[in-house]
Order: sequence, then structure tokens, then C-alpha cells
Amino acid sequence: MSATYLGMPSFPEAAGEALHNVTLRANLRHATHTIRDKRARAVAELADWAELREAGKQIKNRTLRHLDRYLEQLETAVTEAGGTVHWAADAEEANRIVADLVKATGEREVVKVKSMATQEIGLNEALEAEGISAYETDLAELIVQLGDDRPSHILVPAIHRNRGEIRDIFAEKMANWGRPAPDGLSDSPAELAEAARLHLREKFLRAKVGISGANFMVAETGTLVVFESEGNGRMCLTLPETLISVVGIEKVVPSWRDLEVFLQTLPRSSTAERMNPYTSMWTGTADTDGPQTFHLVLLDNGRTDALADEVGRQALRCIRCSACLNVCPVYERAGGHAYGSVYPGPIGAILSPQLRGIQSEIDASLPYASTLCGACYEVCPVAIDIPEVLVHLREKVADQGGKGHRLEKAAIKAAGWVLDHPAALAAGERAASRTRKLHPKRLPGAGAWTAARELPELPAESFRDWWKKNRT
Amino acid sequence: MRVALFVTCVNDALYPATGIATVRLLERLGVEVDFPAAQTCCGQPQFNTGYRRETEPLVRRTTRAFEGYEYVVTPSGSCVAMVRDHYPKFGETSLPSRTYELTEFLVDVLGVTDVGAYFPHTVTYHPSCHGLRMLGLGDRPRKLLDAVKGLELRELPGAEECCGFGGTFAVKNAEVSAAMGRDKVRNAVSTGADVLCGADNSCLMHIDGILRRQAVPTQGVPLRALHIADILASTEEEPYV
Repeated sequence: MSATYLGMPSFPEAAGEALHNVTLRANLRHATHTIRDKRARAVAELADWAELREAGKQIKNRTLRHLDRYLEQLETAVTEAGGTVHWAADAEEANRIVADLVKATGEREVVKVKSMATQEIGLNEALEAEGISAYETDLAELIVQLGDDRPSHILVPAIHRNRGEIRDIFAEKMANWGRPAPDGLSDSPAELAEAARLHLREKFLRAKVGISGANFMVAETGTLVVFESEGNGRMCLTLPETLISVVGIEKVVPSWRDLEVFLQTLPRSSTAERMNPYTSMWTGTADTDGPQTFHLVLLDNGRTDALADEVGRQALRCIRCSACLNVCPVYERAGGHAYGSVYPGPIGAILSPQLRGIQSEIDASLPYASTLCGACYEVCPVAIDIPEVLVHLREKVADQGGKGHRLEKAAIKAAGWVLDHPAALAAGERAASRTRKLHPKRLPGAGAWTAARELPELPAESFRDWWKKNRT
Repeated sequence: MRVALFVTCVNDALYPATGIATVRLLERLGVEVDFPAAQTCCGQPQFNTGYRRETEPLVRRTTRAFEGYEYVVTPSGSCVAMVRDHYPKFGETSLPSRTYELTEFLVDVLGVTDVGAYFPHTVTYHPSCHGLRMLGLGDRPRKLLDAVKGLELRELPGAEECCGFGGTFAVKNAEVSAAMGRDKVRNAVSTGADVLCGADNSCLMHIDGILRRQAVPTQGVPLRALHIADILASTEEEPYV
């Protein structure tokens, strides 16, 4: 994934830093609670939500089972419609393909509609290295780009910023990239949006190349679909002469009929809207309108590895709605950057270690970045059992050994022996109870617990002993 | 009716009072209680931390310990969730259908909501995540509390949010865990209740640990954490102390 995330510290370390940032915590708390309450209301409006959720899960499962077939069907359909399909095994290959395509047009600037896949591969940085400027046109992505920042949420990349911070970023940075922010810009949403609109309009009208992702790709017709709420996406998709779409291979669905389910579940889960304001669909090229050249880059980048894992593959059902982030108590406190990936929150904790492997410190720590409270599973519109995958990935990390896990395994084994010998357990409990007055208030080795909490007081006798005395 | 008590390792070693309360409560309701001594731990801490192989012997032991009982009752929603959701992954399918969380057993099997308890305190209820989402306990604990004489139930703001315990999460991600716990405590204190009640002593151990740490510099403890079994076992003749 993006080079900017390489060498991240482990989750507990990064989360600890986020916790001490009072503004960040306040921003996140306010935003996640607002979205989660709105989502709950929007979902409650549909009597058949459970059926829609099950249907979405089944459609995605069926597609993933026959992914090779649907991708080939898609390739044929896109080609017949006048597009060109490219296959990219990893980030490096995808970036090279896109950079070469842009260079072939002779252009040095591209406009982008918000896309997770291009964030994942670090496309903007790769293009910059080739002397090509990529301009983000989604409002939140613009804020992130101008602020020389990283996105911290799948759907609301600048969720960690408040209005005052955004005003400062616009006033300070817009001029470096194009039209400056108007003088005396306030932090009212309308003024901020207008400043962004004026700044971006120049870019839309000038750009000859647009780059997008896609929410869905319909195999039977070769149609790509983008859901959005600002209209900037449609500008990027229709105005430029050349359109390059970089899409993960798991985004394919078999038919148009399948979209019906996601047209209902995605907007309600993500922005709590009954329907997203803009749904753009395009099939290849048309002589009379829109881009005259269309390229589709199909991105693997670890997806077939995830697909090979029978438990983990369900993460590929994800439609990037971000409902799991908004409801996650850990995300709410730790913030998106602590996850070290463009995919933060619960879905990021299972997706990133699968796409990137579990060798790095950050990826090995992500499966533990959850209390397994299950709120994410409950809200997921395609029923990804995130806690199940987290535990499955913990097994892999524990098996791999590494920092802390060898010691932990030894302790678990020792405890396992005691727990398999009730007499030894009873003797241990008795010894602990007898010496309880001698125990220090803060036990060595229990530092992580006692930094914020008191230890429970040991009872005079265990239940086991009480039972022996009183009931036998 | 005869049931086996699965007291759980946390209750056995740290909260025997909850086990004793469960025994007293069930016996008061005319249930004969057995305590198979071969039981130890359901294996949840090991399983959830990623030690599946080390979990297996405990799954076998727990299943064997409760062979032959029609009902196995435990004052821990979290341990029932382990048995019900994960034991089938180890090929054990008989114990899950016979294992009941205490409030579930009282309401669904015994068919009682008024257990004849007396507890003259204001109480707020925290539904632990496993009871809430994995077991779907719903309003069973509240119905039981509502029927307790002298008890005034107060709504807990953000009740359905995790307290931050999460087993080894409390140690591996101690800072986030404590931040979540402090928010839970703040919400509980805002209700003005004397008691924060739950159905899982592991979560309560974490919440109570924060409560007592915060109370240390001030005078006394404004709020205490208590297992629902302790409240339901309390009567006018033998009140909880």
C-alpha cells in the first residue's frame, strides 16, 4: 500500500498518541456519533433490511467463488464497448501502467475522483515522481491533500479535522495549488464549500485526463459504477478526454440486477441517505459524449491471497461503506491514522494484514486492535463477521511468533496446564488467597492493567473451596 | 429440576460471591444445583487471543465436565458466547444447546421475572457486548431488575457501547481500553445510581478497577460495580452486603 504508511509504529503506540490529542478525540467523537445515529434511523426505515443484507452477502460470495469467470466476462464486455483492460498484479505495476497511460497523452495534470484503490497503491505519489500532478476533487480529499495530510476514514477522509482547521488549511494552502481562497473566509460550511467549488472548477475545465475508481463493475455489460454525493466525480468522469479507472478485482458483480441491492444498502450504511445523490455509470466510450479513451486497470495487490483464505476472504465482500468505522469504539478513540493504512477501523484491521501480510509491526498488531464487541459485524451491510476474521488473523500472528508472542505462548501453555488440572488450580487459588494481604497493590508485570485501573481484591476463598465446605 | 453450575474461572478465583449468589438464587427458586469439580475455564481467553491449539483441551475438558446435565447455567454471558459460538468449531455441538446464561435461564427456562429479590438501591445496567450481540439477551436482565423490590432502574447513556475490557485487549491496548472504560464510568456516574450492574464479572472487573482508581483520591466510592446475580440473590431476610 501507500509508501507513506510504511514503517508505521504498532497500533497500541499510534493509538496512544491519538488518545492524547484532545481536538482529534472531540472531532471523531462528534462525527462518528452523528453518522452512526443517522445510519441507524435510515436503516430502520427498511422493513427488509435483514433480507437485503443477506442478499448482498450472497451476491458477493457467489461472485468471489467464480471471480475468474466474471472478470473475464467483464474484460470482454469492456473491450467490446471500446475500452482497454489492463491487469495489475501489485501496486507497482498498477502505478506504472497509469503513469505510462498519462504520459502517452502528453499531459502533466490529472483530476481525480475519490478512490480507495488509488490511495491504496499510492498513485498520487507515484505520479508525482513522474512529474505528473494529481488533483483530488472530493472535498474531503482536497482538504487532506492541501493539508499535506493522510486520509483517516474511508468515506470522510478528513473526519479528524474540524471546520476551523479546514478554514485555516484553505486560507493557507489553496494559493499554492491554484485559485486562492477568498479573503476573509469563515468556517461556515457554505463558505468552505464555495471556496472549494471555485478552486476545483478551474481544474475540472482544464484537465484532459481523469482518474477514478469504481464502487461496482457489472460483468455482463462492462459497466462501471460510481456512487457519490458531491458531483465532483461526475465532472471527473465526463469532462476529460481520457478516463483511467483503477479498480480492485473484487468490485465486480455479475449483473445489473445485483446493483439493486447495493443501491439500497450502500448509501444508507455510509451516509445515511436513502439514495446517494449521484450515481454515475459508464460503459466503454461513446463517439458523441464523454471521454474518447477509456482504460480500466484491474488491481490485484494481495486480493487473490485473501481470496485463498477460507475465513479471511469474506473481507473481500466489503463495499467500503464505513459503517463499521463509525460504530467502532476503538476507532472512535484511536483515530484513523493509528491503523497505518488507507483502510482504517475494523475493516482495515482485517483487510490490511491480508493484503499486505503480517510481517510488519503495524500489520501484526492490527488483528488485536479490537475488543471483539461485535458492533461492526452488526452494522455491516454485507455481513462480514469481522470478529471472526480478527481471531483467525490473531492465530496467524501468534503462530508466526515475533515480538511478545513467544513469551505469551509460553504463559498460555503454562496456564493451560493448570487449567487442565483442577487440583493444581484449586491449590493455586488457595495459595493466592492465603497470601492476599501480602500482595502489593500494583503487581509487577500487571503494569498495563494498573496504569489506569485497580486490581480486583482477592477473596478469602475461591468458589471451589466454598462449595466444598458448604455443599458437599 | 437439577442443573450444573458453570461458575467460570474468573468467578471461581476472583468473584466467588457471584457463584455463591447464583447457587442461593437458584436454590431459592427450587432448583437443585450441582458443581462438577472437573470444570476450569471455557478457553475463551486463549481462543480470542489466537491460541486455538491451546484452547482445544479446555473445550474437551469443559464439555466432559458437563456431560449428562440437561441444563448448564453460568453467571457469565461472555463464557456462554464462547461455548455457543465457538465450541462447534471444535466439533462440540451438544454442550452449546444445553448451556444458559443465568438471566436467560431464569426467564426462558424457569419462566420467572420476579425472583423475589429485595435491593433498595438505584441501579444502572450495562449490557456486556457478548450478552447483547452474541447471545441476544435483549431485555431479560432489565425485566428481572424491574421486578426487584426497592430497586430503581436508571437508563445508562451509551449503554450499548463496549466498556473496553475485551479480554487481553485490556492489556495489549491498555490505553484505548482505559479510555473506553473511563467514558463508560462517566456515563454511569451521570445517572446518579449507586450501583452499575452487569452480567459479566470480567467487564465489571475492568469498570470497577477504573471506578476504584478514580475514587482513591476523593472520599469514598460514589458508585460500585455489581453482578446481577448478587442483586437477584439479595432478599429482605438475607440482603446483599
